Amino acid sequence: MTGVAEPVLDIRNLRVTFTGGAKPVNAVDGVDLSIERGEVVALLGESGSGKSVTLRSILRLHPAKRTRMEGAIHVAGTNVMALEGGALTDFRGKGASMIFQEPMLALDPVYTLGEQIIEAILRHENISTSEARRRALDWFERVRIPSPERRLDTYPHEMSGGMRQRAMIALALACNPKLLLADEPTTALDATVQVQILLLLRDLQRELGLSMLFVTHDIGVAVEVADRIAVMYAGRIVEIGSVRDVIRSPRHPYTLGLLSTRPHGGRLSGNRLPTIPGSPPDLANLPPGCAFAMRCALAADACRIAAPEAVEVGPGHQARCVRTAETARPAGAPAGVSA
Amino acid sequence: MTALLEVRGLVKNFPVNTGVFGRPKSFVSAVDHLDFDLHEGETLGLVGESGCGKSTTARLLMHLVAPTAGTIRFEGRTVGTSELPLKAFRRQVQMVFQDSYASLNPRLTVAESVAFGPLVHGVSRDEAAARANSLLERVGLDPARFAGRFTHELSGGQRQRVNIARALALQPRVLILDEAVSALDKSVEAQVLNLLLDLKEEFHLTYLFISHDLEVVRFMAARVLVMYLGRVAELGATEALYTGSRHPYTTALLGSLLSMDPDHRAESAPIAGDPPNPIDPPAGCRFHTRCSFAEPVCSSRVPVLTPLGSAHSVACHMSEPGSGHGCAPQRAA
Repeated sequence: MTGVAEPVLDIRNLRVTFTGGAKPVNAVDGVDLSIERGEVVALLGESGSGKSVTLRSILRLHPAKRTRMEGAIHVAGTNVMALEGGALTDFRGKGASMIFQEPMLALDPVYTLGEQIIEAILRHENISTSEARRRALDWFERVRIPSPERRLDTYPHEMSGGMRQRAMIALALACNPKLLLADEPTTALDATVQVQILLLLRDLQRELGLSMLFVTHDIGVAVEVADRIAVMYAGRIVEIGSVRDVIRSPRHPYTLGLLSTRPHGGRLSGNRLPTIPGSPPDLANLPPGCAFAMRCALAADACRIAAPEAVEVGPGHQARCVRTAETARPAGAPAGVSA
Repeated sequence: MTALLEVRGLVKNFPVNTGVFGRPKSFVSAVDHLDFDLHEGETLGLVGESGCGKSTTARLLMHLVAPTAGTIRFEGRTVGTSELPLKAFRRQVQMVFQDSYASLNPRLTVAESVAFGPLVHGVSRDEAAARANSLLERVGLDPARFAGRFTHELSGGQRQRVNIARALALQPRVLILDEAVSALDKSVEAQVLNLLLDLKEEFHLTYLFISHDLEVVRFMAARVLVMYLGRVAELGATEALYTGSRHPYTTALLGSLLSMDPDHRAESAPIAGDPPNPIDPPAGCRFHTRCSFAEPVCSSRVPVLTPLGSAHSVACHMSEPGSGHGCAPQRAA
């Protein structure tokens, strides 16, 4: 069933609508994404862009009663949309597992870290408790927790933020998942600790050949870990390409805007920052065309009529924009965003 | 430049683990002997990691929590005494908080929120309403559309604009911005930062800009104060500090900035571990447990804030003449 060239993750035309409120909210609106074995893709976007909803869809974590999910998700050949009951529970942790943003909320406060990891291993594998503990210890060493033997018997609240996130990574990897999902794993951490966790994730990824989907709002973080970046806006991937292509020659006006509004290296001190006017659209009232059109300096009539198709702007580099001819720029020229 | 706000020997210990009869067994040393000046018309950046005492400092300045020790003087008058009662002081110094939602009353409309302060301070109802409308206009919220709305009907960026308008309603001279843009999306953050720059010019404001985001502080502030576990590590003009930091902690903090360059990814972490627990902080220099230059003197004696020039000072034994550290300059004969 599992072919050699088969992607680890394959998402086709994913639509997620939350129907619990007064009006349905179109959180994800036609996402296509695939990840090859050993590849790291960063899903970059602001709050409400649908990046975390996409991620959680892969584990089917949305409440079934209030969520309409359409499209196809395959993880290493498993049809995730068709999983029910025990098969879904088997899949979570073994097929794909997740590192959450806030380990204090994701970990159970009344069990020790060791107990939680051992429980996860025993749920998926038919081995003895002592064997599971040995494996948990091994993971604690791999995520470089000092004095791991002692730390296995501590409770989450007894550890610092950085150590808790390391334990969370150990828990996520304990059952050797085929796909690792990370939801802003360093956002809650201090700068000096964030670098340590990013380096750890990168080392583990290389060592174990992990396939990873990494959600972040921070371009700097995406650049550190990813092979490819997918930029999301209002439930759609508006641009995708290699890290270099997306950072150095962004082609969607939204990506261009995001990259230029960031103060970096003191180059703009004292002047006004370039900005993207307005704010993201209401997901319950999306405009018919391109969702970015109302904030875009390049918007034309065509943008407001129909959602633009993905345009191939370079090898493996696509942007969903009808004005990509205008966003191409000679190397070194400043991004064309209004000041 | 004259010091508008002078902070001397500010200390705050929070009791924890209260024992029998309510006697605290230990303390969180949140702020420990903090001295600094805020000059008229400047933007002073305050940076540091979580638990370093940035927010406690902001709350102490506003007297939202009472200091354990220390004095705050505004234009030479001691705050909280008969020289300058709190109510008069708070008219001059206002604060914008990080959580734009929690800091607004959900039962007041936007215009009522902004007019509330002036009303309390004795401005007439008409005058307060007029002031609220003109300030909403000024922060980019059309009063005709926004004045009657409630906070839950606004986006995060709009709410933070309301908070800024409210802070300005008493016509203060100093704004304390405590992570005021940290919860905003990047595209909205840039708009609010620009607004803050414009308002500063227009109303001749002085800012204390508190943030964990070093890039944003570099953009906003002319001087930067780096805190570590409740103490000043380094203080200096922004560019001097960013390009020539002298405290190993500042250097590590700056070294943790991500390059945004796919060809220059981080290769090693500048320092290991997390900041220590502020309950029973390390003796001597509080950074010595994570510092790669630490020598015996660092764990036994607290470093003094040593001037390195006209506008740069550092609290590190390596820069303190005759401190006993191998790298310290010799004391002048």
